[in-house]
Amino acid sequence: MVNPQAYLSEKLFSPDIEKVPTRNGYGEGLVLSGEKNKNVVVLCADLSESTRSEYFQKKFPERFIEVGVAEQNMASLASGMALAGKIPFISSYATFSPGRNNEQIRTTIAINNVNVKIGGAHAGISVGPDGATHQALEDMALMRVMPNMRVISPCDALEAKKATIAAAEIEGPVYLRFARAGTPLFTTEKTPFHFGKAEVFWIGNDVTIVASGPLAYEALLAVSLLEKEGVSAEVINNHTVKPLDKETILASLRKTKALVTVEEHQVAGGMGSSVLEMLAQNFQVPAEMVGIQDRFGESGTPEELLNEFKLSHPFIMEAVKKVLRRKKT
Amino acid sequence: MPTQKQYSIAQLEKKANEIRQDIITMLLEAKSGHSAGPLGMADIFTALYFKVLKHDPKNPEWEDRDRLILSNGHICPVRYAAMAHAGYFKKEELMTLRKFGSRLQGHPERARLPGMETTSGPLGSGLSQASGMAYAGKYLDKKDWRVFCLMSDGEQECGQTWEAAMFAAKNRLDNLVAIIDRNNIQIDGFTEDVMPLEDLKAKYEAFNWHVLEIDGHNMEEIIDACNQAKAIHQKPTLILAHTIPGKGVSFMENDFKWHGTPPGVSDMPGEPAKDEQAKIALKELRTLQGKISSEHE
Ligand SMILES: Cc1ncc(C[n+]2csc(CCOP(=O)(O)OP(=O)(O)O)c2C)c(N)n1
Ligand SMILES: [Mg+2]
Repeated sequence: MVNPQAYLSEKLFSPDIEKVPTRNGYGEGLVLSGEKNKNVVVLCADLSESTRSEYFQKKFPERFIEVGVAEQNMASLASGMALAGKIPFISSYATFSPGRNNEQIRTTIAINNVNVKIGGAHAGISVGPDGATHQALEDMALMRVMPNMRVISPCDALEAKKATIAAAEIEGPVYLRFARAGTPLFTTEKTPFHFGKAEVFWIGNDVTIVASGPLAYEALLAVSLLEKEGVSAEVINNHTVKPLDKETILASLRKTKALVTVEEHQVAGGMGSSVLEMLAQNFQVPAEMVGIQDRFGESGTPEELLNEFKLSHPFIMEAVKKVLRRKKT
Repeated sequence: MPTQKQYSIAQLEKKANEIRQDIITMLLEAKSGHSAGPLGMADIFTALYFKVLKHDPKNPEWEDRDRLILSNGHICPVRYAAMAHAGYFKKEELMTLRKFGSRLQGHPERARLPGMETTSGPLGSGLSQASGMAYAGKYLDKKDWRVFCLMSDGEQECGQTWEAAMFAAKNRLDNLVAIIDRNNIQIDGFTEDVMPLEDLKAKYEAFNWHVLEIDGHNMEEIIDACNQAKAIHQKPTLILAHTIPGKGVSFMENDFKWHGTPPGVSDMPGEPAKDEQAKIALKELRTLQGKISSEHE
């Protein structure tokens, strides 16, 4: 059953639930952070509209810096600004930042341990028709293996807004991951969001689904249908991929003793991998991973691609059934 | 060895116009994709595929072909259309642009479409790849095929472009011709507002390139420049092609809003209603923006 403490939307499973891209929450969060703290500045590499950093540009033109198509320069410019006391957010598509500028982030931001926030838009397969070159599927892996870096992958636009505000308040480097397509707005202002703290969205006993990003909604759809088939699954919304909330995840798995991880990212090196790395050292259970299986993306509509890459709720249901069979034997 | 058929300038211009119409129809069907860049580069792609390049549409992997690298992959609709006209594949396939399962991906993918040469979309890596090919052709294999690299002006903001420019000049890659689509727009505005690029000619000359400046819509100038480049020894050649983004469709011309917007999906202030956009665009192309009263096919 849905966790009442999660305060999810009353329209949770209604067909007319509003759909908003998580990148919109980034734009709104930037404006609110800019209002709170005048040290917040935003840099953008010729993508101000589609990363939504234009919301900030309109409100604070004097604190918005256009760098042109130059993501490597942007990362190190931001490092310099952070060293001069600013809180820079750098905005682009995730394939370019933290993709193209990975080494600049590593040396000038992460080793330096400076206060730069990286906003990566157009992450995941649901980018759609642009195709493989624009669908970031390795970004969380790149960022979570980097010392000093934190990684947040919000599940909807509201959580994205909260995550952006939280990032401005954290001292040090943070990577924020956003999607292009509109996805259900299923949390509310009251839904708890604490950096580093995973939230139980659905309470169950037989299996734990740890999800992050907009696919957390697909996980909820899956468990609501599974409940009708007599399967009781728990859903944890694991927005903070690094540092991982060991306690919440372990407590759930000690109860259910079976795991399914769900993410719009390569299964190698992603959020699910980080959960399994932690479990290997603490508490072992059978696990299935829903995610991209060592393939690049391609053109298509978001819906076509979520099905082709086996990420939508029927595939999560299948993974749950498979892990339950493994749990019994 | 396959050779180019002899087309007159008038025939090439007509071909470019047909390619522009195909671009509009493809984008309308795809419901996403880029309008301005592809329309602006139709003349250059026509000149390349129908006059300049040594290539064989029936044998895209022909060893001695000239190589065409498209660095700014987002303008691929114009290349796909030119390839279909040249006979690489049937024109019907153009209607699969950006759809699930299509060989015509939103940004080009080498492995899916023979003749594509490389994968692009992320800006700024084309000149490096072209220089690598040119180096292999000139020094390692001692072949006489040539390498053409198309770039956008927005890409001149990428540091890697200049790393490649240095390499090509150092290695005297006179089998390399780069063409810049100097259309003055990028996503966030005009290039000179976003990140001033001028004096682009002087910059490449300072990097030891031979630079030719042309009107990118003048078929004769395009062909002449490509021919002249063959006579330049010990230096790579840059053709700085001044173009009009959205060329041929009045409401798209010189307007950066049309960088990444297809006809038919959005009502924008000051633009024709979305349902009218493609119709008006196609009519303008057929009548050369009203210059001729009887529409030609
Ligand atoms: C490395 C990289 N950064 C950002 C982008 C997103 N992007 C796509 S096209 C473009 C604009 C570049 O300007 P230009 O190529 O001159 O555009 P056009 O003239 O075709 O409208 C940008 C920033 C990209 N494709 N690659
Ligand atoms: Mg341009």
